Amino acid sequence: MKLNAPNLDVDALIRDRSITIIVCTGAGGVGKTTTAAALALRAAEQGRDVCVLTIDPAKRLAQAMGLSVLDNTPRLVAGVCGPAGTGSLHAMMLDMKRTFDEVVEGNADPERAQAILDNPFYQALSSSFAGTQEYMAMEKLGQLRAAASAESSWDLIVVDTPPSRSALDFLDAPERLGSFLDGRFIRILTAPARGAGRGIGKLAAFSFGLFTNVLNKILGSQVLADVGSFVAAIDTTFGGFRERADATYKLLQDSGTSFIVIAAPERDALREAAFFVERLKTDSMPLAGLVLNRVQGGGEIDLSAEQATASAERLEKMGEDERLTAALLRLHANRQKIHTRQLHLAERFTAAHPGVAATTVPALAEDVHDLAGLREIGDLLAKKPEPPSRSK
Amino acid sequence: MTDVWWPGVALHVVSGKGGTGKTTVAAALALALAHQGKRTLLMEVEDRQGIAQLFDTAPLPYEERKIAVAPGGGEVWALALNAQEALLDYLDTFYNLRRAGSVLRRMGAIDFATTIAPGLRDVLLTGKACEVVRRIDKRAPNAYSAIVLDAPPTGRISRFLNVNSEVSGLAKVGPIRNHADLVMSVISSPRTAVHLVTLLEEMPVQETIDGVSDLRSANLPVGGIFVNMTRPPMLTSEQLREARSGTLPALGIERSLAEAGLTFDNQVVTALMHEANDHAVRVDLEAREATRITELGLPTFMLPLISEGIDLGGLYQLANLLRECGVR
Repeated sequence: MKLNAPNLDVDALIRDRSITIIVCTGAGGVGKTTTAAALALRAAEQGRDVCVLTIDPAKRLAQAMGLSVLDNTPRLVAGVCGPAGTGSLHAMMLDMKRTFDEVVEGNADPERAQAILDNPFYQALSSSFAGTQEYMAMEKLGQLRAAASAESSWDLIVVDTPPSRSALDFLDAPERLGSFLDGRFIRILTAPARGAGRGIGKLAAFSFGLFTNVLNKILGSQVLADVGSFVAAIDTTFGGFRERADATYKLLQDSGTSFIVIAAPERDALREAAFFVERLKTDSMPLAGLVLNRVQGGGEIDLSAEQATASAERLEKMGEDERLTAALLRLHANRQKIHTRQLHLAERFTAAHPGVAATTVPALAEDVHDLAGLREIGDLLAKKPEPPSRSK
Repeated sequence: MTDVWWPGVALHVVSGKGGTGKTTVAAALALALAHQGKRTLLMEVEDRQGIAQLFDTAPLPYEERKIAVAPGGGEVWALALNAQEALLDYLDTFYNLRRAGSVLRRMGAIDFATTIAPGLRDVLLTGKACEVVRRIDKRAPNAYSAIVLDAPPTGRISRFLNVNSEVSGLAKVGPIRNHADLVMSVISSPRTAVHLVTLLEEMPVQETIDGVSDLRSANLPVGGIFVNMTRPPMLTSEQLREARSGTLPALGIERSLAEAGLTFDNQVVTALMHEANDHAVRVDLEAREATRITELGLPTFMLPLISEGIDLGGLYQLANLLRECGVR
């Protein structure tokens, strides 16, 4: 597919040594993890020391990278090296609960850490809160980045983002969790312990009474007590979740970070991509460009869907001997229709975001099973579009 | 076939891997079930306004609205669920507390309950779906004949529906716990069926197989498999064999193209043969993946790829196909 957009030069991006973080994002089911893995492998084979953080890879993709256990630590992928023995690839799968536990253990004395780990609210929060995965992905990125500068173990981190409800969730989740833990609600919940009610106005006192009353009614007092003791325990040891969230956010705005937005030529996925592109702009986060996956070929020959259909109809009336060619023309017409629709959707995106560079990857029939499969995707990602060969 | 699938089911939950067309299938199902003057409700829970886009209408509010008519006088209504509104709704229904809403919001409690508190969000959403189901039991005047829920993707569906275990970490006793029990009594009953949407490709099929086993181990009622965007073979098996091995008769094709009055060159013949090869590979892949789906032993429905893309016309077409297969 020939897009009316500047070409996203993937090789230039991964060769640029000033880029140390590449974030792959997009709606669910567009091939984010595979794209992240393919980019990471390509970068490693061009001499970078790469670590790829995947969130929830399909089993076979994980196997392709030699990841059989989810142990939250980067593992060296065997059989990957770049020119003259340079370059390496580490890969890991995020274990969100483990990461959260480590944050707790690393920031509190053992006794207090245990109190937090044992708290029922913490256990629920760390294993099932819809935003925890996003938050922990960012936390892990921060850790990998710190390890990278301390041990010079890798010079490029490629991050896959969680399969969020919306691609934007992962930008907002840390902030949301941070502001919750820092916020008014928590201060009110933990206030009784600090002698609350003092100095607040009549209306606020009334609201407060109503508020705790309602919460107790709905949640039961045990839940509130759990939340309260969790926050009290975490409050004194963390130096503010918001600060951590802010630091992560800043890291994403750094000029050494580059975002790749991934989509498929479908309405929803492209809409999601458009939101993301706009959001990155608003938050001054550096966008490298768009990867459009699963693109159906078409337009290689000058035979429109309408022409092909009309000719097929004519041939079908002529009898048995012409059936094969008629069927081939119908196949071509279908393919052309899909191509036209996809092109139309992609052009809507490129027209609305004219500066955004893009590259396309054709739909592949089979999943990636091994490094060779990832290499092939890397080649397709980096393939430069052919110059226009003929005018229309 | 004259049998009707899932006659006693009031709540149809539709899940599937991202990108498989969950919302499309949910909408087609709601249309199919609304035949002969019936009224169905199509609900979404992910704040994506997918229904409004599909039916080409303005964004849906938290309010039941008619969005389409079905052949024979049936109607499809829609509701875009939102956890915050569902919480206020819940407070109102059970505690007569709607007025407390603004205070709660100011205090950050609404935000807490709907985005932070683990599992609460899901109980609120599934709880609303179950409230609509209970209208049927009460024979309420505003009852629907069936409800179709466009649910979160396969990876999250068991957790989303299994609200009991979701809140158990949070609340062992108390009103929320009771509410979760009530929700569970609808969702794990024969009144509910959880359907999965897939494509005939490796990853979505694997996710479907895993999803079915997750649902079963959570004792959630599995309904059917909806195979979306299938590409039925357009060539005979003999032609497919030749297409695969690249031995289609090029000269014959050239002659036929000339017969049809097309101007063409060698490139066209080569391209057509190449496209036939792609098609053969795709047909093989789909056959292989279809076998894996069949092995699940579940009712399976094939929906074709609509090359023009899904619009209202395409939806009616899919709904008709489903109706012909006994989904009504």
